[in-house]
Amino acid sequence: MSRAEPQFDELYREVILDHYRRPRNAGSLEAPTHQAEGANPVCGDEIELDVAIDGNVICEMAFRGQGCSISQSSASMMTERVCGATVAEARRVMQLFEAQLVESAEPDPALGDLEALQGVAQFPVRVKCALLCWKVLHAALETNDNEATTPQGV
Amino acid sequence: MSIDTARLRGDFPILGREVNGHPLVYLDNAATTQKPRAVIDALTHYYENQNANIHRGIHALSIEATEAYEGVRAKAAGHIGATNPQDIVFTRNTTESINLVARAWGDANLGEGDEIVLSLMEHHSNIVPWQLLAARTGAVLRYAGIDAEGRLDLDSLRGLIGERTKLVSITHMSNVLGTINPIAEIAEMARPAGALLLVDGAQSAPHLPVDVTALGCDVFAFSAHKMLGPTGVGVLWARPGLLAEMEPFLGGGEMISIVKPEGSTWAEGPHKFEAGTPNIADVIAFGAALDYLQDLGMESVREHEKRITAYAIDALEGSGGITVHGPHDVEVRGGAVSFEVEGVHPHDISTIVDAYGVAIRAGHHCAQLLMRHLSVPATNRASFYIYNEEREVDALVAALDEAKRVFGYVESRTAV
Repeated sequence: MSRAEPQFDELYREVILDHYRRPRNAGSLEAPTHQAEGANPVCGDEIELDVAIDGNVICEMAFRGQGCSISQSSASMMTERVCGATVAEARRVMQLFEAQLVESAEPDPALGDLEALQGVAQFPVRVKCALLCWKVLHAALETNDNEATTPQGV
Repeated sequence: MSIDTARLRGDFPILGREVNGHPLVYLDNAATTQKPRAVIDALTHYYENQNANIHRGIHALSIEATEAYEGVRAKAAGHIGATNPQDIVFTRNTTESINLVARAWGDANLGEGDEIVLSLMEHHSNIVPWQLLAARTGAVLRYAGIDAEGRLDLDSLRGLIGERTKLVSITHMSNVLGTINPIAEIAEMARPAGALLLVDGAQSAPHLPVDVTALGCDVFAFSAHKMLGPTGVGVLWARPGLLAEMEPFLGGGEMISIVKPEGSTWAEGPHKFEAGTPNIADVIAFGAALDYLQDLGMESVREHEKRITAYAIDALEGSGGITVHGPHDVEVRGGAVSFEVEGVHPHDISTIVDAYGVAIRAGHHCAQLLMRHLSVPATNRASFYIYNEEREVDALVAALDEAKRVFGYVESRTAV
């Protein structure tokens, strides 16, 4: 079984493994304006997210979590993509990302590195892993300043 | 007599199929087992020849169906060394059996400050019903610990059992670690305290010779689908006399003796706990599963599993980067083998080995207390049964090699 199944190269692209091994924006913020946490109870994947919003711009994000490579790399890539964006832009990227995974839509250039997760669409039971951090971001953005929330499993 | 897996596999139609272009390697038997042709045929035979409601019709079909259904009560009793089939109640599954005891016995016998002793290796089905009972009655839960090798800490357990202990509820075999608990020894601790001893036999009844009299427990619960039978059938055995002391669980038809406007009296024996039309077809097909196991002999089942479990532990740990949880001595453990692959999360493992047709379980295995104790979010679990062969362990190890290759070496991490 030395031969690699092509689907794994598609699912576990190098950029995903790199974010899994060296997560960007891991940790916490000193002064988050928005916070949320979430879990997939069946898997045990967990993400806690701090967001700092100034005006309508997301200026800082940090996350803590544990779970599979898909859930953790997705969170890392999300923070990279969304930091510096307006809240409206973050919501737009969220929709594009979900469309890529759930509707197998062609990746939109606006997704940047997040395009690497498109292979997950071929593994329906893993889609929830990739979406967890986005559900948490969605919940964080729904909160009033400094109010934490816990969305149910996705 | 040793099990001839090559011949026996022919009895299981599903084992002939392919998954993702590879022959199915089914190693998720602790979750549910596959079904032999005899069980599938028994279901069809019942619906094609005997279908009728039981215990009420005075016609031929009803009489035949009743005899078939009641006959399985005797077979289930025989499987666990119980003397009287009337001490066997059919439920939906182990979970319902335990909930039945929590309601029908627990509500009447526990009060404020009474104690329920469990262990950290229990399945959620042997934790949550007691948490609900504690919430209703004010009883308190105590959890016995486990040692570094994944064995129940008997000193910790002994220390927890005292005057206030009303119930000790312990798994016979861990669904995660494979650990077999010394029930007879635990019964010696529970008896002087006057505590009821319930044994969760979901993982032991399918894999070990069980004798409830020798174990000395008061209640024993297990599920048909984990031992070749259909889903939707559970078994509850209670020591002679205990069912009569218990209040009904669900009310309805079948469980009554006389119904009057002002109140009712209850049916005798197990019927008091089998309200409504039961799962007749699946109970009857479970009889075929019990016959199948008895023909093999539970001693032979146990020997086969000891052999393949020892082979699997050696093969997994010998392949590098893999740690097996739980005892390594197959004399004190069964065939549920949980393991970690260094740096690769169990869900990633499961996805990759599935592509090679290998079915294992990844997750918390309904044992979150144990996961917390082991300081892991989840584990991989391969679990074996009568039809598994060493070459299937080899297929698992080869698929794991591929997972290790895809991931390279990933330092185990938790984002901080």
